[in-house]
Amino acid sequence: MAGKLAKLLSDLKEPEALEYVEKALAKGSDPMGLLGEAKEGMNIVGQRFASGKYFIPELVFSGEILKSIVQMLEPHLKKGEEAERLGKVIVGTVAGDIHDIGKDLVVFMLDVSGFEVTDLGIDVSAQKFVDAINNTGSTVVGLSGFLTLAFDSMKETVDAIAKAGLRDRVKIMIGGGQIDEQVKSYTGADAYGKDAMEAVTLAKGWIGG
Amino acid sequence: MEKKWEEMSPDEKQEAQFQKLLAPKDPEGNALKFQSPEAEANYKASIIRIKDAVQLIKTPDRVPLALTPSMFPFIDAGLTIQEAMYDTDKTVAAFRKFIVEYKPDMHIGAAQVGPGKFFEILDYKLYKWPGHGVAPEHSYQCVEAEYMKPEEYDILLMDPSFYFRNFYLPRVFGALEGFQMLPPFTGILEIYGVALNFIPFGLPPVQATYKALFEAGAEAIQWATAILGLNGELTSLGFPNILGGFTKAPFDTIGDTLRGTRGIMMDMYRQPDKLLKAMEALVPIMIGMGIGAMQQTGNPQIFIPLHKGADGFLSDEQFKKFYWPTLKAVIVGLIEGGCVPWPALEGHWDSRLKVIQDIPKGKTMWMVDQSDMTKVKETLGKNACLMGNVPSSMLRLATPDEVKAYCKKLIDTAGKGGGFIMMNGAFFDEAKPENIKAMVDVTREYGVYK
Repeated sequence: MAGKLAKLLSDLKEPEALEYVEKALAKGSDPMGLLGEAKEGMNIVGQRFASGKYFIPELVFSGEILKSIVQMLEPHLKKGEEAERLGKVIVGTVAGDIHDIGKDLVVFMLDVSGFEVTDLGIDVSAQKFVDAINNTGSTVVGLSGFLTLAFDSMKETVDAIAKAGLRDRVKIMIGGGQIDEQVKSYTGADAYGKDAMEAVTLAKGWIGG
Repeated sequence: MEKKWEEMSPDEKQEAQFQKLLAPKDPEGNALKFQSPEAEANYKASIIRIKDAVQLIKTPDRVPLALTPSMFPFIDAGLTIQEAMYDTDKTVAAFRKFIVEYKPDMHIGAAQVGPGKFFEILDYKLYKWPGHGVAPEHSYQCVEAEYMKPEEYDILLMDPSFYFRNFYLPRVFGALEGFQMLPPFTGILEIYGVALNFIPFGLPPVQATYKALFEAGAEAIQWATAILGLNGELTSLGFPNILGGFTKAPFDTIGDTLRGTRGIMMDMYRQPDKLLKAMEALVPIMIGMGIGAMQQTGNPQIFIPLHKGADGFLSDEQFKKFYWPTLKAVIVGLIEGGCVPWPALEGHWDSRLKVIQDIPKGKTMWMVDQSDMTKVKETLGKNACLMGNVPSSMLRLATPDEVKAYCKKLIDTAGKGGGFIMMNGAFFDEAKPENIKAMVDVTREYGVYK
């Protein structure tokens, strides 16, 4: 059963959720327990987004409430306590493209769905993706891009991953405004997703969980 | 006796606008000299074709063809985007070549490139452009941020122009920081103390801002003379540009560049009443922006790029509460002012069609990017001309035969009975020239109405 904080957060009751955390901390509640509840709340938000009940404003707003909660909890948390993650995913907007809204949503949804996400940011060179695969051991790579120029940057990134001998170690998904099946074939990616939920479905299909 | 403009109905205003387009003038106000009788005939045939497609009264002789590239003509001419933004002669030559080669019934000119030096003079921060944050061969891209702070709605509501001048503009143009020091002009009254209002104009930061403005203005005139001159030349060659200007949906005005996507979505939860009030306050401003542009250019089409109403951004309820009412008010206001609103459904809009179809019939044209065109035709298409839907990915990656097959299907479905203009679905950069040609050829051949 979802705890009180999970419910307040997933129902987007901002003042109530923050007040609850403040009072709980004052009463000496376990901060790790509260963090766990907050994560559970975010999971519910993710499920509601997946089922079409919530849309982007709810993701953005719940993320903002979570940020405030984490800020309140942080001074009370011990370092190094991290829950088990499903698997590692790298996400970034490809070289030449600086659009981040879609990419951020994918990062957000993967994170609340339990993946450990390395967000490389925007205008990411092929080499940075290669380095990140080597450094993190991630098995899924998400390439984001909004412009038609991104088609070529995505292809170059996939090629660079292959050239580095890492193509068999990772599954590659792409997404963005003008991405479709044709672009997927052109770039040599394994799949494309229309929205952040499809990114989660693809990652779960490849990693499990 | 001829009716006065103010006494005309929207129908009469629209008709008068199209009649004006059929008798184009040169900059001195005389009848425009076409370069050949054939050019004149082509020009007029194109205007009538578009008029018929928009009004939904008569089926046009064939499906009109519009081409509205972003950077394609310049990339195709071997220019980098940086060259196109800084060398207007090359920009003009490349765009002329593009239009003369593909001969569309309608284009929107080469203003999309923008004058790089002008942006430099004003230290524009809202975009990154070649040499200023992106590579020479890449297009400019918007930098979204909260340029308007959440607590500033009251100032925006009280006096939008003051807000833009003293708060928004200094944040997006580095060279306009001096504007922050200016007083509200509405305080300039009477004689007592009136001179005090003018003290800021004597201060160095304000004077530096005005110096930059004078330079930017000179640069803008130089650039606009070349770009608008090209439009005139292309008209005389028989190729109309009937774009009057642009305006925006109030939700996007706030969500794109004032508060940003994240900011406006927070406001929907934290201060929905202020957001709604601000959007209502923007309605007459957005209408005025379109009508003003039409009066300046003499062209009735007012482009409205639509962003955050697309599928997936908002729920149906949120769309109906926050996005559509003020957009509809803008569209209706433009129609009443004699404009032909031209909203662009960027991305997918399948879930919104039933709502947005509720508009006056035969008064608008809608650019469709990736929505299901059959569904669009059955809904919005009953009341409005549709255009676009040839995907950017297809123009870039498909074979000419695939493009032809896709366009044929569009003509058969969206083009059925008229009310359709063949066009790219999004403003395209990279594309195969042979695919543009395929789209053009199939429209001319297969698009003829029998």
